[in-house]
Amino acid sequence: MQEVKRIISFYPEGKQKSAVIPVLHLAQQEFGGWLSTDTMDYVASLLSLKPIEVYEVATFYSMYNLKPVGKYMFEVCQTGPCMLNGSDDIVKYIYDKLGIKPGETTTDGLFTLKTVECLGACGYAPMMQMGKHYREHLTKEKVDAIVEECRNNVAIKN
Amino acid sequence: MGRKLLLDKANVPNIRLYDVYRREGGYRSVEKALKSMSPDQVTEEVKKSGLRGRGGAGFPTGMKWSFLAKPEGVPRYLVVNADESEPGTFKDRYLMEFIPHLLIEGMITSSYALGSNRSYIYIRGEYAWIVDILEQAINEARQNGWLGKNILGTGYDLEIYVQRGAGAYICGEETALLESLEGKRGNPRIKPPFPAVKGLWDCPTVVNNVETIAAVVPIINEGGEEYAKIGVGKSTGTKLISACGNINKPGVYEIDMTISVEEFIYSDEYCGGIPNGRKLKACIPGGSSVPILPANLLLTTAKGEKRMMNYESLADGGFATGSMMGSGGFIVLDDAQCVVKHTYTLARFYRHESCGQCSPCREGTGWMEKILLKIENGQGKMSDIDLLWDIQRKIEGNTICPLGDAAAWPVAAAIRHFRDEFEWHVNNPEECLRRNYGLMHYADPIHFPATA
Repeated sequence: MQEVKRIISFYPEGKQKSAVIPVLHLAQQEFGGWLSTDTMDYVASLLSLKPIEVYEVATFYSMYNLKPVGKYMFEVCQTGPCMLNGSDDIVKYIYDKLGIKPGETTTDGLFTLKTVECLGACGYAPMMQMGKHYREHLTKEKVDAIVEECRNNVAIKN
Repeated sequence: MGRKLLLDKANVPNIRLYDVYRREGGYRSVEKALKSMSPDQVTEEVKKSGLRGRGGAGFPTGMKWSFLAKPEGVPRYLVVNADESEPGTFKDRYLMEFIPHLLIEGMITSSYALGSNRSYIYIRGEYAWIVDILEQAINEARQNGWLGKNILGTGYDLEIYVQRGAGAYICGEETALLESLEGKRGNPRIKPPFPAVKGLWDCPTVVNNVETIAAVVPIINEGGEEYAKIGVGKSTGTKLISACGNINKPGVYEIDMTISVEEFIYSDEYCGGIPNGRKLKACIPGGSSVPILPANLLLTTAKGEKRMMNYESLADGGFATGSMMGSGGFIVLDDAQCVVKHTYTLARFYRHESCGQCSPCREGTGWMEKILLKIENGQGKMSDIDLLWDIQRKIEGNTICPLGDAAAWPVAAAIRHFRDEFEWHVNNPEECLRRNYGLMHYADPIHFPATA
């Protein structure tokens, strides 16, 4: 709540509607990586907005997940410059390794694969976003290491 | 070796931190502007510098600033466009990630010139870790008296806030950005009114690219006239180029706009040539929206002159035989690449990013994507190439914002210069699945008939 208040303080009085995008990011992070209708309604109540004002924003921007996703989401860029450097092979390798196509989640709920459009890492291609950070200069070996890292993190937390 | 104004200190260890940045001469422009210049004098220096917007359109920055309406009692805003999303472009990211204080310094000086007491950085949502870097820089600046109330005892107040987007290329268009900053879908507004009159929350607003605002720092430090001496003609100062694709040394380079395209690609100081013994086939010199050129037209203009890395030379020949400086996203394709496939990925990008307001763009981008995929997969007909041409013609100029043009141009240029590669796909539906068309004649010298 403190963070929500901090965000609202960025704008002049009465302009708290501007906070909807950052607060939705926060909500998605806090409520399991996706935005349910309940979560969006909650955001609307926090910012004194009508629910529709939140829904129309949540459905416009591609970073909001409107369905449940795995604990780790591999967002692999596939636009021009990444394609020139072999992003198709990375997508295929993730399929071979984890059995998931773009848009799918592994049955253990750990990994979701998503193909995305240009993330501004064209010089460090191929790449993907995982959580807050980019993983760049991807190779099959690096994908192996990232998958291993995620599984270890989960094992430690359990 | 060219002059560096923005990245000259990029390799100083810990330049990201305030103490180091200040020790290296940071925040001098703020001292100079706030203590010894009026806001109009700062704008005047920017005008004299000839600085052109570094986001892609290349509009003169000083002129944009002078359009800002200044009604009594109405707040004015500076919004920095850090929604860098044009495929091939990653220069602003580099600047914000490694020298965040340069942007903050430029924003303070620029905000002072424009009379903004509350300025925003609108950053693309995916650059999440950079938000932390910028907020840390803002906090450091505030702790050291460069932000807040009564800065340097001059009575000038300023706060800077970072606003994250959430994944929408369209929010790089300035009016869509303002809609997004107001908490709405990123649908571009109809202009006029321009943001300079009616922008953020209906108040007069200037939206400038990250690199543009950073360039204000050396302009104020050295003076607009000194800045204008660097470069050539109307391409003054330095420009950041983000180079990627099939080159040995992808990365962000600062150039002074006097070097040739050939030198930029092959010199070890810049891209370092094409890897794996491959040859240069084609290049998109200014971000995915600008026309792709085959190797021959890229290195030499249709007049037979060496093509240079500046606004005028890259645009020489118009869209018939030239391209654009755009955002400085320099994408190189080697002879193992397929222009049809590359164009398809760009068409898919624009379909994904169309906001859906205007029918020509919403529908046309989807059609272009589907037809390009068909041709790429060996299922195209000869008439599909003409259909593609027809569709892009009907998108261009018929939409509220330039996304329509940006989607149409790459397809148009690919057909204009690589039509035989498209035809080869149609005529060789099985072979095109096994191999690519290759270099063919795309690097051959061009002989233009002399005009009488």
